[in-house]
Amino acid sequence: MVQGAFRKQKEIQIKICRFHGRMRGIMKTNVTIAGVEFKNPVTTASGTFGSGMEYGELVDLNRLGAVTTKGVANVPWAGNPTPRVAETYGGMLNAIGLQNPGIDVLLSRDIPFLRQYDTKIIVNVCGRTTKDYVEVVERLIDAPADLLEINISCPNVKEGGIAFGQNPKMVEEITREIKRYAKQPVIMKLSPNVTDITEMARAAQEGGADALSLINTLTGMKIDIHKRAFLLANKTGGLSGPAVKPVALRMVYQVANAVKLPVIGMGGIATAEDALEFIMAGASMVAIGTANFFHPRATLDVIEGIEAYMCQNQVEDIRELIGCVK
Amino acid sequence: MAEIKKVTATVGENTVLAPGICSMWLEGTDFADRAVPGQFLSVYCEDKSRLLPRPISICEIDREGGRLRIVYRIAGAGTKELSGRKAGETVSVMGPLGNGYFLDMETAGRENPDAILIGGGIGIPPLLALAMALPGKKTAVLGYRDDKTFLKEDFEACGCRVVLASDDGSVGTKGNVIDAIRAQGVQGNMIFSCGPTPMQRGVKAYARQSGIPAQLSLEERMACGIGACLACVCKSKEADGHSHVNNKRVCKDGPVFWAEEIEL
Repeated sequence: MVQGAFRKQKEIQIKICRFHGRMRGIMKTNVTIAGVEFKNPVTTASGTFGSGMEYGELVDLNRLGAVTTKGVANVPWAGNPTPRVAETYGGMLNAIGLQNPGIDVLLSRDIPFLRQYDTKIIVNVCGRTTKDYVEVVERLIDAPADLLEINISCPNVKEGGIAFGQNPKMVEEITREIKRYAKQPVIMKLSPNVTDITEMARAAQEGGADALSLINTLTGMKIDIHKRAFLLANKTGGLSGPAVKPVALRMVYQVANAVKLPVIGMGGIATAEDALEFIMAGASMVAIGTANFFHPRATLDVIEGIEAYMCQNQVEDIRELIGCVK
Repeated sequence: MAEIKKVTATVGENTVLAPGICSMWLEGTDFADRAVPGQFLSVYCEDKSRLLPRPISICEIDREGGRLRIVYRIAGAGTKELSGRKAGETVSVMGPLGNGYFLDMETAGRENPDAILIGGGIGIPPLLALAMALPGKKTAVLGYRDDKTFLKEDFEACGCRVVLASDDGSVGTKGNVIDAIRAQGVQGNMIFSCGPTPMQRGVKAYARQSGIPAQLSLEERMACGIGACLACVCKSKEADGHSHVNNKRVCKDGPVFWAEEIEL
């Protein structure tokens, strides 16, 4: 109901803008990250949108600034045992364990699928060792992918993932190594499960990263008191959804003010208002993750809502809003 | 593939069938005419602290009336909220999701179909839509905890021989559905089942011993419901064509699988 009312209000706002005929034509929602231009600042958070194929039935992928694909490794990964998800208050835990079909399938099936659409492609890369990451990055050299996002922050795998993202020395080293081979600009995806995220951000910058994305999920847990057992087969999982938004926003603000690199903000964004908070905190782009699960059209509503806000507040260029709150 | 839609449906009738078991008719879903037995809906909560849709199987399909019936167990706060919804109120649902049961009995080599429908607990409801659509002879083997049965009369009304099992022996055979099949001499040439995983293991073993092909509808915790998030996987015998590992997505590739395709 609230959503319906919001949509109606938004429609009215857009109509007003069209009527005045001033803002709409000249309003700029495009952003540039590491030399790549996106038609709007909205992408999907890795792992919540597959490679767009399934959500393509519900969402016009042409309208997204970019699709960020599910993490891909050098070989197929089977992931963790089930149950892999559990709901928590205002959030959810997941421990998928980076199940993925491997880089061959991404290259032969998923990237060609996405290339049919007028949207940018951000390929999320995962691995157990530096060699694994480098292998994937090398395989992507000739692929029509626009950016690479390196997952050094997955809390649900035993090797790789978060192990790389919790030590500034390792962050710097793996960033440098990946930058040696990558053809596309490199986004390092940071973990919130650290004492000081700005330390990791600086390390990634030092290693030569072109951009940063944050936050990955917060490690959490849930226990079934009737069964006296963990809800997740993996015992722990990554917390996401609206429950984590204030933490994510704080970290995006800190990182955006600690480094010169552009930041892609994510963590609990479900509405245009949420997205605008991240943009004002310093994010050049935002990603919608868990919200896709409870509102499959969330990405489009966020895009339309940002436009409506810009119309209503006579913001001609979205860049006026990026980091405007200091 | 049938188009998936998220819509606001109107609650037709929301009644209690047995303690903790509710029945709800959904009107104006806009996709009732293309739903098939074995498919499910994602049902969303109004309380936004509960994010994830509840996957609930379709119990009855009224194509002409554009209505769908769901029968669900109050398992937690989300389904409790749903049970409080009154006729005329609305509910957000997405569907029709997943693949239904394979119904072409001739292709399956069963020119004289003699179906055994096996349902355990809240796995019983989707078998009713199936019983209504299946031609030929059919036996419904329904497993309950106790004498608080539900939907039994509906199965009888659509021409099923109904065989009961209960954990406490208060109705039918004391024990599980397989005990009831053995004790009450149930015969057939195609098995359709839905229920908890331990029951499905039993059904799979029974089907293999008896040489009867079986279609199992699985349940697993889900998030997206459309095959993107890879939360609800089951083990497959062969590497799956989509995942390229031995995992199939219950929501998208299932929830109905041939017993021989999967490991339980």
